[in-house]
Order: sequence, then C-alpha cells, then structure tokens
Amino acid sequence: MDSVVASVHDVTKTYLMGELAVQVLHGISIDFYQGDYISIMGPSGCGKSTLMNILGCLDQPTSGSYFLGDKDTSLMNDNELSAIRGARLGFIFQSYNLIPQLTVLENIELPLFYQGHTEQHSRRIATELADRVGLGDRLHHRPFELSGGQQQRVAIARALSNDPLIILADEPTGNLDSKSGAEILKLFDELHQQGKTLIMVTHSDELAERSQRQIRLRDGRVESDDRLS
Amino acid sequence: MTDSVNHATAASALQRLTQHLRPVYWTRLRKTAEVGIKSIQAHGLRSLLTVLGIVIGVAAVISMLAVSEGASFEAQQQFRALGSNNIIIKSVKPASMEASGGSNMRPQAISYGLTYEDILTIQQTIPGISNVIPSRIIKKDVRHLGRDISTDVVGTTVDYPISRNYNLRSGRFFSADEMLAQRNVAVISDEVASALFPMTNPLGESIRIDGNYYNIVGVMEPEAYSNLGRSQAGSSNAAPTRIFIPLSAARYRFGETLVRQAASGVEMETVELHEAIIQVEDQDQVEAVGQIIEQILERRHRRVDYAVEVPLALIRQAEESALRDQIVAGAIAGISLLVGGIGIMNIMLASVTERTREIGIRRALGARKQDIVQQFLIEAVILSGVGGLIGVVIGILIPVVISLFWGMTTIVTITAPLLAFSISALIGVVFGIYPSIRAANMDPVEALRHA
Repeated sequence: MDSVVASVHDVTKTYLMGELAVQVLHGISIDFYQGDYISIMGPSGCGKSTLMNILGCLDQPTSGSYFLGDKDTSLMNDNELSAIRGARLGFIFQSYNLIPQLTVLENIELPLFYQGHTEQHSRRIATELADRVGLGDRLHHRPFELSGGQQQRVAIARALSNDPLIILADEPTGNLDSKSGAEILKLFDELHQQGKTLIMVTHSDELAERSQRQIRLRDGRVESDDRLS
Repeated sequence: MTDSVNHATAASALQRLTQHLRPVYWTRLRKTAEVGIKSIQAHGLRSLLTVLGIVIGVAAVISMLAVSEGASFEAQQQFRALGSNNIIIKSVKPASMEASGGSNMRPQAISYGLTYEDILTIQQTIPGISNVIPSRIIKKDVRHLGRDISTDVVGTTVDYPISRNYNLRSGRFFSADEMLAQRNVAVISDEVASALFPMTNPLGESIRIDGNYYNIVGVMEPEAYSNLGRSQAGSSNAAPTRIFIPLSAARYRFGETLVRQAASGVEMETVELHEAIIQVEDQDQVEAVGQIIEQILERRHRRVDYAVEVPLALIRQAEESALRDQIVAGAIAGISLLVGGIGIMNIMLASVTERTREIGIRRALGARKQDIVQQFLIEAVILSGVGGLIGVVIGILIPVVISLFWGMTTIVTITAPLLAFSISALIGVVFGIYPSIRAANMDPVEALRHA
C-alpha cells in the first residue's frame, strides 16, 4: 500500500444556526493514500460538502485533526490555510469556476501566480497543461468562448498547475452532457494512472464505478469505505 | 531580553520586506494591475461616471490655481513695474467738488491736489528718501503734420524713467540742463511714435502741442505693465500714449490752471502736481514711510484730495489674495474629491459584491486575504488615478483655453497637477480600503456558493 497523503481523524463539524447548534459531521476518520481515486457518495445533507470544504482547507473542523501531508491544518491560521491550498490542493468545481476576465492561460496560471512563481515558469507550465487537456489551440480564449466541457478541462489544468498532493472534484460532470462528461472522466482515468490522488464527490453511481475506492456517508458518519479492485 | 526580541522581530520584518521586493513581487503587482484594468474596462461607462467626481475635482483645482496664480503674477508684475521702492502720491479730485461744480452754470475754479510745498515737506521731514519725482499730467492734442493724437503730456523730472524702470528705445531722456532752461524738448512713448510717425524716425522731428513746437529727443520702450501706473488724467483703458517734457516747461507753457469744457459748462481746475514718486532707499522702510506721508498729507490738506499708493503693499495684497484663492480652490477640491472618493467606494462595494464568486475562487486557489485586499485596492487606485490623470489633462487645458479666449494670464505650476494627482490616488487608497477589506473577509465557502 502507498503512503498516506492526507488523513482526517475523528473530525466533527458543528454549525451554529442562530441559537441552534447543528452537528453535521460526527467523528469522521479516513486515510487517503497516494494514488487513490476516491468517490465520496451519500444523500444530500449527509455532510459530503462539509467534508470536502474541510479537505479543501476552506473550512476547519470543530474538533479532530486533518493532516495534509505532514501538516496539521486544524491549527493553521487563515494565511497558512491559503498557502497550503495554493501549494497542496487542486480544486475542480461543478460549475468550473473560471475567472471570466482571464484567458485560458491566465486561469491555469492563477494558483502559480499566488505561489509567487516567475512569469516564464508559470507560462511554461500552463501551456504544457493546456496542451495536455487538449486546449493547446485555445490558450488566449476567454471562458465564455469555450464549451462547458472545454471550460472544465481548463479547470482541470488549473487544478494540476501547482502539482497538488490531492485533487478535489465536486460533481465534476454535473453540468456537462454525457459526451463531455465522458471526456472529463477519461482525463480523470489518465490522472489516476499517472498516480495522482483524486477525491471526487458525486451522486452518480456511474461515476463512482470508475473510481477505485468508494466512501459512503450517512448522517455525518462514514457508512462504508469499499475498495474496488 | 526584550531588546534582543525586538531586534529579532525587526530583522525578520526587514527580511520579509526585502523578500517582498523581489522581481516576482513586481510581476505580481503588474499582473494584479492588469486584472484591475480589465475589470474596469469591463464596465467602461460605469467606471467613467464613477471617476467623474475625481476628474472634476482635479481639473477644477488645477485650473483655479492656474487662474489665481496668473492673476497674482500679473498684479505683482504691475506693481513691480511701479517700483517696489516707490511710493506714489496722486492728486485726486474730491467727489464733493464734482457735485457742486455740476449744479453751477458759471465758470468755477476749483483747486485741489498735491502742491510743491507738500513734496518739499515730505522730502525734508522724512529721512531715507532718495529721490522725489514730481509730475504734472495734462491731456492735450499733439500734432505732427496732418496727424494728431490725444495724449497725456507728462511734465516731469529727469529721473522719471529710472524710477519706473521705464527704458528708452532710442534717443535720450531730456537732461537737467534742458529742465533748467525750460526747453521745449519731448520724449514720446512708443504708442505716440507709431501713431504720429508711422513711417519715419521721430528723433529730431517736432511735434506741436497747443501753439508750441517741441523737439523730439527720445522714444520710450512700450510699457509692459502699465494699467496701474496711469494717471487719473489719462484714459482708463487704451494703451498709454504719453509724452514727457520737462516739468519746468510744462509749468511755464500750461500754467497751473486748466480750463476744460465740461458738460455743465466751463470748468477750471488748479492742480500744482498730479503725481509724485517718492523713492525710498531701504525697501524695509517703504511701508513705514508711506504711513508717515499719509500723516503729513492728512495734516496739510483739509480734504482728501490725494491718494498714496505703496506698490510693495499692493504686492503683499496680491500675494494674500492669491493665498486666499488657493484656500478656496483647496476647499472646492477637497469637497469634490471627497464626493469622488465616495463614488469610488460605492462602485468598489458594488464590484466586490458582483465578484464575490471570483473572490471565492481566488481564495480557493491560494490567495491570502492580503492578496484580495491588494487586488481591490489597486483597482480603486487605478480608478481614481485614471480619474486624476484625466482631471490633470483637462485642468491643464482649461487655463490654456482661458488664456486663448479671454487673454488672461494663467500659470500652471508643476506642483498643482502633481499634488492634485497624488491626492486623487490617495483618495483611491482611502476609499478603497473598506471595500477591499470587506472582500478579503468573505468566507471562501460562502463566496464560492454565491451565484
């Protein structure tokens, strides 16, 4: 078995809704291994999104710990969280979330920009990645000039640009037609083969089938954690 | 112990600072600025309307200062032309005399103004006076061949040109000997020369005033700033046409009583001297001497039929009024820049709300709060800076237009546009801070969920 790249241990999350404390996560512990291709499933309200936000260092657990690589993120301040997002995480969203004013290339470069890389370095990596996702001829297009599938491929290239420890994908094919969705999934397969660690939240069984490990959540707890062979 | 800790933090702060000054930092700044420009361009009209307040404020302050600076410069030049060491005393016809003269149909002789004795007293009692140049100024028709011109004939002494920094174009001023001998010699102003001698050299020619001929010995340079040095006998607005003759000759030829055909009948007035320039040795004493002269004249005259002008005091007044103008311009600029700043804050708040999702994305991709603050702050500064720049251009153009169409002197100093521009950029920072901080403090999760 490969080494652990990230792990949550006994993570809880409680939101305050006015006077009412709503506990969304009730002690979740998962180890994520290098090269894992994981789908996280479960009915709405099961805590998938909350878990993803914590995994993405966009939110912090109320209790418990989250190690990303060798770093415990539950003790980090806002700046450190920003830094670790930029350095160790890649995000792929259902609605692509590209910045409309920026070109394909500039969108892909964005994480590198905040990492303080030189312009030439960023440009080189972004061009390479755009090629890799099949958008080498669209470098200077703006997002609205691209189809949904193309936009999502830009987002994937962007998620790869900082060579992250884990890539987090939230319903990556949710807004796509089946053909574009299939292309995206093919890209995911490639990434998996290259040894990237992918964590994907999805409703779709079909998507989950392609992953190699399925985690089901229910009511803020891990219901099942199955490794498919 | 605490000292060494302070040293350590200071050192690390310095290190952080120098790290920030790496070329990468500048690249980032430039890229952030590019993004800012793009999003401003995305809302061109809205951005333009937003910065209008700044544009107007900056343009107004620059052009107002230019006009005030020009007016003050012009006034100071005029007063300087009168001589900053000079005190000018003029005879003034008291208002009460004009009224009584008007109601009476029979000829009436009125007498007012400076006397030789006044001048003598002043010269003898006040120390530090280097020179006194008295003048009689009489309006006359001057002829040469077929041409004639109505002009001020100034009977004065040999020092007149020196006291006024008034130079000869050609020939010479009349001499002390000619003065003593009451000779009929004349020095004419440039304007008189061009009116009476359009083609020929006036030197050596004669002109006729009343029944007498005067030999022209010199021509004066055009007077640069003469609006205020003009005698009350002269016309108020035309270019000064003047002829200078020895005071002795003027006294001998024209006497002291002038007969004039007025609307109400014949008017006679006796004025010994129309004007006297008192030169003071020490510039610091000018204003004090001016006050003493006022006191002496007050004692010697029953009516106020004289006026004492101290150019130096007028220069001071011009400076003060320029300062007042500047304060007013500053206040107007302050108000419109404040309004402009509020406009910028308004638009930045709108921009932050509209771009909530973008903020979320950037935060997810590793932007720290300070990166977001920087981004929106730069945008606000670009917005106000562009406004300031447009304002500077307009503010420099307006004085040019004013000068062209109204002939006013306007002076755009280097400091005014520079200051106005820096203030406008500063406005961007000040009014951009709150929206930027608001943007940075958004919860990334919430921001990403935003439609």
